[in-house]
Amino acid sequence: MQRTRYFLRLFAAGLLMCLAGEPLMAGEPIKIGMAGPFSGSDASFGEQLWRGAEQAAADLNAAGGVLGRPLQLVKADDACDPKQASAVASRLVDREKVVAVIGHFCSSSTIPASTIYADAGVLMMTPGSTNPVVTERKLPTIFRMCGRDDQQGVVGAEFVVQRLKAERIAVLHDKTTYGQGLADAMKARLHALGKKEVIYEGLTRGEKDFNALVTKLKSLQSDAVYFGGYHSEAGPLVRQMREQGMKAALISGDGIFSEVLVTSAGGPAYVEGVFMTFGADPRNLPAGRGLVEIFRKNGYEPEGYTLYSYATLQAIVAAMQATQSLDGEKLAQWLHENAVETVMGKKAWDGKGDLRVSDYVMYRWDDKGKYKELD
Amino acid sequence: MDIYIFGQQLVNGLVLGSTYGLIAVGYTMVYGIIGMINFAHGEIYMISAYLTAIFLALLAGFGLHSVPVVLLLVLLCTLFLTALYGWSVERIAYRPLRHSNRLAPLISAIGISLILQNYIRISQGARNQGVPPVLEGVWRIPAQAVEQQFVQITYQQSLIVITALASMALLTWVIHHTALGRACRATQQDRVMANLLGVDTDRIISVVFVMGAAMAAVAGMLVTLNYGSFDFYIGFLMGIKAFTAAVLGGIGSLPGAMLGGVVLGLAESFFAGFVNSDYKDVFAFSLLILFLIFRPSGFLGVPEVEKV
Repeated sequence: MQRTRYFLRLFAAGLLMCLAGEPLMAGEPIKIGMAGPFSGSDASFGEQLWRGAEQAAADLNAAGGVLGRPLQLVKADDACDPKQASAVASRLVDREKVVAVIGHFCSSSTIPASTIYADAGVLMMTPGSTNPVVTERKLPTIFRMCGRDDQQGVVGAEFVVQRLKAERIAVLHDKTTYGQGLADAMKARLHALGKKEVIYEGLTRGEKDFNALVTKLKSLQSDAVYFGGYHSEAGPLVRQMREQGMKAALISGDGIFSEVLVTSAGGPAYVEGVFMTFGADPRNLPAGRGLVEIFRKNGYEPEGYTLYSYATLQAIVAAMQATQSLDGEKLAQWLHENAVETVMGKKAWDGKGDLRVSDYVMYRWDDKGKYKELD
Repeated sequence: MDIYIFGQQLVNGLVLGSTYGLIAVGYTMVYGIIGMINFAHGEIYMISAYLTAIFLALLAGFGLHSVPVVLLLVLLCTLFLTALYGWSVERIAYRPLRHSNRLAPLISAIGISLILQNYIRISQGARNQGVPPVLEGVWRIPAQAVEQQFVQITYQQSLIVITALASMALLTWVIHHTALGRACRATQQDRVMANLLGVDTDRIISVVFVMGAAMAAVAGMLVTLNYGSFDFYIGFLMGIKAFTAAVLGGIGSLPGAMLGGVVLGLAESFFAGFVNSDYKDVFAFSLLILFLIFRPSGFLGVPEVEKV
């Protein structure tokens, strides 16, 4: 009985699908890879990326697909692990035969994976990898929808020196490609501004106890702490700073741009006065207003990289429609030369695949566990 | 050197070490009785962190706000469920392999650890989870300090140190002065003979796993409340560090686990605090290797005697 009903339901579902899908779009779906950390401690970023890409694919398909064919996302989990990133990149290229890839997220994953895409001539655009090396190697089919750490670090350093007027600046990182790269960029700008850091050290990802490091910061009397890394370490770090009575500001980059920072710190009281750099909030741009409303109506706040991911798919599809082609090199050629209207406004890329204009601004967390752009 | 900074690093190391010690006790007990390293112990600790958060939320939902009552209730509930996990792991993954070669249970332990980790990841999500601060407050010496001139320990941290010492003392007493402890020691010395003399060794081994898991539950709760956040992956690094502490102290010895934990904690703290936190783990583990070369049985371990 149970079983018959199950089959009946399956049959009905199949029938419905035929009715809905067929007449609109014929032909094989176009496969687009969506690679990012869907598991592991950075999975909250993976969720942002997936939500954005999923919505974009749904909207584009509703509008008739691309070249008369529907888009199909292929989810690939790299867990922000470089080894796994190479493996899933090969899978996307060889087995899934994707024509383009949205991703990856962590720079340490994007860099090894991008060589695989470049060798196969597959277009890759990362919504969130900010390490300079991603595009600095001038691989022709590699792009990004975000800024670079050398731009982000500059904004961070100038903020610390000019706005906070800090004298004894500590620079910490989490020893990852992204974290250390960001800290290095910040440090370089700091030196250019004629300041020198009191300490430059790394901590270990996955640990929760940074008390020894915090005591050391205290003994150095540092009045501002810059941290290159992600929220899972930034949370405990700032909590232990406050517990030990340190009032110094914590400044970080886009790696902590998620409300999970509050959970990582164990309460909104601890994140008050934490600063971070991120692109001007895309949720406030006129181009994306309608889309943000749709997300909110579905009970999801499109924070962080959600809209970046949406815009990434828009850019890829715009290139496909303009060139009437699925060839990675042709798409890349077009993107290097043309601008695209996205949900985040008009975007254009230079010869390396970096955005022509970057828009990093500083955000500040309040004691309610919310963040706001500083003016 | 500033005396307050030195004192603070001492406290940092002591607290971190007690955390390691609390978890190391579980490793060392299991090893002491059946000579097997229970690699799933770190995951049991991780599960107890989740249970702590769940029960805290439940109690807050019932409107309970008295701190000692909440702590006690959460501890009891977490202890019970975590012990159940420990018992089930032994029953499912280790007991059927008791008479196969030495490697089989080891692989089985690694397998169980991966299963538990992924099960939590899928069922609870990979996001960081947090608990609200329950026990707030801090002791400072001197009490009326100005300008960061003080050494401090939070109530939560002192609870960790006290509990670690107390539970180690309690377990040592149980092993040396009770009928259950005698049965445990008999099982450790000669399992076949103990069985012949009427000790139900299967039951004893189950009890040992339950006690080990209970210790992991205590640690899971206290550490979670101290750091305020956790994810499905915390068991791995903590497990490795605690295992190191157990080996350093002499695996099989309960006071050794505590001592090893504190030594490891202090070494990490002082190195990170006064030298360089980049190389903290390199230093701690080099120390372990050096120590094991010159004293393979650890601080308080008994050198293995060849039985003839």
